[in-house]
Amino acid sequence: MSATEAKIKISGVTRKYSIRRNTEEEKKEFTALQDVELNVKPGEFLTIVGPSGCGKSTLLDLMAGLAVPTEGELFIDGKKITGPALDRGIVMQGYALFPWRTVRRNVEFGLEIKKVPKKDRKAISDRYLELVGLSGYGDRYPYELSGGMKQRVAIARALAYDPEVLLMDEPFAAVDAQTRETLQDELLQIWERTGKTIVFVTHSIDEAVALADRVVVMSPNPGRVREIVPVSLPRPRRVGDVQSTADFSWIRHRVWELLQGETAAVKPAPQQAPVQAPLELAEQLSSSAAL
Amino acid sequence: MPEIDNEILLRTYPMNYIHPKAKGKKTPVLSILKAVAEKSAVMLLILSAWEALPRLGLVDPFLLPPFSDAVGSLVRLFQSGEMFRHIAKSLERSGLGFLAAVAFSIPVGTFMGWNKRIERIADPLLQVCRNTSTLALYPVFILFFGLGETSKIAIILWGTVWPILLNTISGVKEADPLLIKSARSMGISRIGLFTKVVWPMATPSILTGLRLSAATAILMLVAAEMLGADRGLGFMIFYYQERYAIPEMFGGIIFIAVLGVLINFLLVRLESRMTRWKERIVKG
Repeated sequence: MSATEAKIKISGVTRKYSIRRNTEEEKKEFTALQDVELNVKPGEFLTIVGPSGCGKSTLLDLMAGLAVPTEGELFIDGKKITGPALDRGIVMQGYALFPWRTVRRNVEFGLEIKKVPKKDRKAISDRYLELVGLSGYGDRYPYELSGGMKQRVAIARALAYDPEVLLMDEPFAAVDAQTRETLQDELLQIWERTGKTIVFVTHSIDEAVALADRVVVMSPNPGRVREIVPVSLPRPRRVGDVQSTADFSWIRHRVWELLQGETAAVKPAPQQAPVQAPLELAEQLSSSAAL
Repeated sequence: MPEIDNEILLRTYPMNYIHPKAKGKKTPVLSILKAVAEKSAVMLLILSAWEALPRLGLVDPFLLPPFSDAVGSLVRLFQSGEMFRHIAKSLERSGLGFLAAVAFSIPVGTFMGWNKRIERIADPLLQVCRNTSTLALYPVFILFFGLGETSKIAIILWGTVWPILLNTISGVKEADPLLIKSARSMGISRIGLFTKVVWPMATPSILTGLRLSAATAILMLVAAEMLGADRGLGFMIFYYQERYAIPEMFGGIIFIAVLGVLINFLLVRLESRMTRWKERIVKG
């Protein structure tokens, strides 16, 4: 397959970190990702799911150009990724809005970097604020917004400079369940309207399946791609509707099994409820003994 | 959860939402008067005592002339125009020392705050310098630069450089890595990262440093102009003290105090204006 068929091509990527807990300790090598092969197709909605420590955020950072692979290479449109650029927009879990800028000036941030003239910036930020349902909030400061609204601003900011790829790192993890579903639906609509390629990292299986064309299931220690599960649910989707279908349940179960197999391999019998009570008791006993 | 309440409120009744900036505007006159009375009560008490004690003969009026006499002398000094010469000279010295401190501390502080290793290495030296009494160093400055303007500006520079430097370092050092990452993901240039992200983020801290330093610049005047000066507010105070023109001396002290309070007030205003985006954090 030629590299141009993939929007982003990840080829034999390994990423290692050397870490040390304190300054005296010797450096230890930690493999966050091992031999990752992955192609993101143009215009596709790809979700990446996996337990913590599986390197899914590292993979996203590599695609964003915020980190460099220890081995292997990444390409966008056949060109090697050497650093961050405005052809990829990133949305992070913690909103990462600039608190000293108004909503509008946050959305215009990438445009300023792109050196878009001021009068054009206004038109563009208006358009994207409308797209995320925040028309009329342009002059507010981030501290005046709720979590869901902040995340909408972050999405508008990433879309405003018109990147071809949107990289999203657990963007809805910090909002409440109701807002989350609204944001998921809005994101699907935005994706359908704009035709962007989206890579979306999450730890929620439901979210991964409901949104994706394909779900990349990752496994930890070291981080690898375990399997890619295609999601052939009809589009356009509404998250609430799609989650009640039998097909959804089936795919969801398949992904769950893959993840379960992973955790089971590390520590068998992950049922927590029966273990918890004796554990608490043991803690109480030991703490009273300490007294 | 306040988060979702807010969300529903804003979506349903966006017109009913009271902008925080609008909230403070309808303060009733009565509460303003109350605040003024509260804040000035102790001041008025002390000033009345200052007025009354010499007049009642409880304190020697030659050593402590009544407050009104001191103010009267100050007014006469303004009328004769003498005061303006002193003010101009003092502000020139304070201003030059302060500006030199700003020009040095903000770039160097940014560099040190950004390079954590350099900051670690230099920190002990900074702590020693900062805690070395400026007055103790005055003889050294005189030794090096003589009794002229240079040593006077140097001592003000020394006194004002540390608060700005240390606050710039901590402001830059504590810059939110998530925001830096976010800006970097948009391919921001090195210069852009500082002008658009790091400095705005460090602004509250830097402004606090500037305010402390500006106060020091005024405080240092008296010491700086103690020796080898023929003009300036500090000089004036010593000049009248030596000539036993005590009301004039107190007039000068009152003026320096007022100047310090005024500068602090203006900088506090500037600070709250430039950090309005922190409103919620400040108000808790």
